[in-house]
Amino acid sequence: MADAKTPFAFKDCALAAIATGRRAQNLREFRDHLETVHTGSIYYHFWGRLLRPRFDNPEYNNDFAVWAYHGLNDAPLAERLSIIDPTDFSDLESLRKQLLEVIEERLDEIEHVPWSKADQQFNFIRSQIVVFDTRRVIREPSELASAIPNVSAGSIFYHFIDSRRRTTESIDDFRTWLHSFGSPYADLTEQLGDLDPYFVSLTELRAQLASLFANYFGGKS
Amino acid sequence: MSATVGSPSKTILDDYARVVGEDVIDQLRQLARPLEGLKVVHVNSTRLGGGVAEILDKLVPLQQELGLNSRWEVITGEGEFFQCTKSFHNALQGHAVNIPEHLLRAYENTNSQNAERLRTVLEQADVVVIHDPQPAPLLKLCSNRRGKWVWRCHIDVRQPYRKVWNYLKEFLLDYDASVFSLADFAQPLPNPQYLITPSIDPLSEKNMDLPEEEIRSVCRQFKIDLERILLLQVSRFDRFKDPVGVIQAYRLVKKFVPKVQLVLAGGTATDDPEGEAVLEEVRRQADDDPDVHILLLPPDAHRTINALQRIAHIVLQKSLREGFGLTVTEALWKGKPVIGGDTGGIRLQVINHHTGFRARTPEGAALRIRYLLHKPEIMQEMGRKGREFVRENFLLPRQVREHLTLMYGLFHGDQDRIHVG
Repeated sequence: MADAKTPFAFKDCALAAIATGRRAQNLREFRDHLETVHTGSIYYHFWGRLLRPRFDNPEYNNDFAVWAYHGLNDAPLAERLSIIDPTDFSDLESLRKQLLEVIEERLDEIEHVPWSKADQQFNFIRSQIVVFDTRRVIREPSELASAIPNVSAGSIFYHFIDSRRRTTESIDDFRTWLHSFGSPYADLTEQLGDLDPYFVSLTELRAQLASLFANYFGGKS
Repeated sequence: MSATVGSPSKTILDDYARVVGEDVIDQLRQLARPLEGLKVVHVNSTRLGGGVAEILDKLVPLQQELGLNSRWEVITGEGEFFQCTKSFHNALQGHAVNIPEHLLRAYENTNSQNAERLRTVLEQADVVVIHDPQPAPLLKLCSNRRGKWVWRCHIDVRQPYRKVWNYLKEFLLDYDASVFSLADFAQPLPNPQYLITPSIDPLSEKNMDLPEEEIRSVCRQFKIDLERILLLQVSRFDRFKDPVGVIQAYRLVKKFVPKVQLVLAGGTATDDPEGEAVLEEVRRQADDDPDVHILLLPPDAHRTINALQRIAHIVLQKSLREGFGLTVTEALWKGKPVIGGDTGGIRLQVINHHTGFRARTPEGAALRIRYLLHKPEIMQEMGRKGREFVRENFLLPRQVREHLTLMYGLFHGDQDRIHVG
């Protein structure tokens, strides 16, 4: 999508969740599993959670932080884990290192290793993502306004969230495409950059994007 | 089981599109396109009755409509076979059940006989999905199989009785994948264990919209006063569902809201010897209170349960242990706030302050009920959020999508990211 003449091809994706068989009941076990668990599991608990049953207004924006709070009753750890922005890391191994750093630091400062109840163990799950073609293509940025309301939540996930892991700039695919048109869309890309995808459901995110594009292109026409 | 009255639509997918949205159904069509013509065979042990048959009754036609060459085969067996598989079911749920050798032989022989009948179909399939333990040995009996085989476990197996699990595990080792409903249920097996949460069918008799008159008729039948507050729990009479705790919570509420009524609606549970004892305990606890209605409903009373859920102001599922808790999903779909036990799949569905409250004690449940009854606007908002939450996450099309995703996983091995189409 580097060329302005390149159309934007909407893709879609669906997530399969696979149990790794690893479970942790205390923070030390959690740390040990985290050191060696499949990177697909880190993806699932950070990014994949946005594509599966969840509720708007989440208290924490990754599964590790949620378990630290609800499973271990360790609010400081939950807060520190929650602030980690996965887009700051070039790959999942670097993200893993940062997670381990935060957990090691917490283990150093507490007297007792926190435990969860037996029925609140952390289950490490990994994801498998199936990416497929929708055959929906647009050629002009103004077409985003009419296209977005009709794409699936999976498509929003793929282009607005998953893209942050796929692209070198860690941004959404819409901005990448708009950049290829040069400066005319600088203010639009800035507005897209202001959308925080972590605290809304995908359907709400779709509505926000639709409204943003409708306002922008409605105002221009 | 038709969904709509008076306006037949072109396809089943169109019916679902009206409920979940065109975008969701479009997504299914796109995802299924590269799988067109794939030969898929589902195998279970009953055509009628039970959750698995209910799922397959809808899943198979939907897969067919999406272009897959799906079919549904049922294995047949006699008394000893089903006696054995019933014991498997109990053992997988954690009961220490010793199964006599002759029942195990009946189980294996029945599968051998069914393999003779089904071998050609199964060996030629691209994907075979074996549901639950009943047909599990078929894989070993189809030595010329060419497709991928999946074992789909619908049972809560978080703490199976080890002796029986070890026996069954021998039949499961060669499967290409297994599927469990929750991560807590997954067991160590040498294949990928996919997780697919259950769903409800919004078009089924249990969940479809009902005429107002039918709802009123259910009220008259069970002497429920439509003008007064109604609390409801739908579940079989089982200690894990804590019906006694529900009555205790009701009494704590009654002190503050004298006109409250309670309905405990459950099955007769003829195959559960403990069920009678629990029912007796529940009756004693109710102590002939005319505002406590204990309803023993037949297994096919779907419309009655549907009506009761629609009449209720608050639905309880105060389980001490729960699998997924589809009764919670059903209640949320009908726009009701749910007070649920803090366990199993209820945690996925009942989100404190959003779709209801989770409670660990009768006191906790009573407090939340009183709070909601004093805040009707919050109750209404929770109902709205609950319905949308179910619409996005726990309706049948989502389960169809995850089955399609699983099929790609089967053919692409361990890859994290699969590009198709």
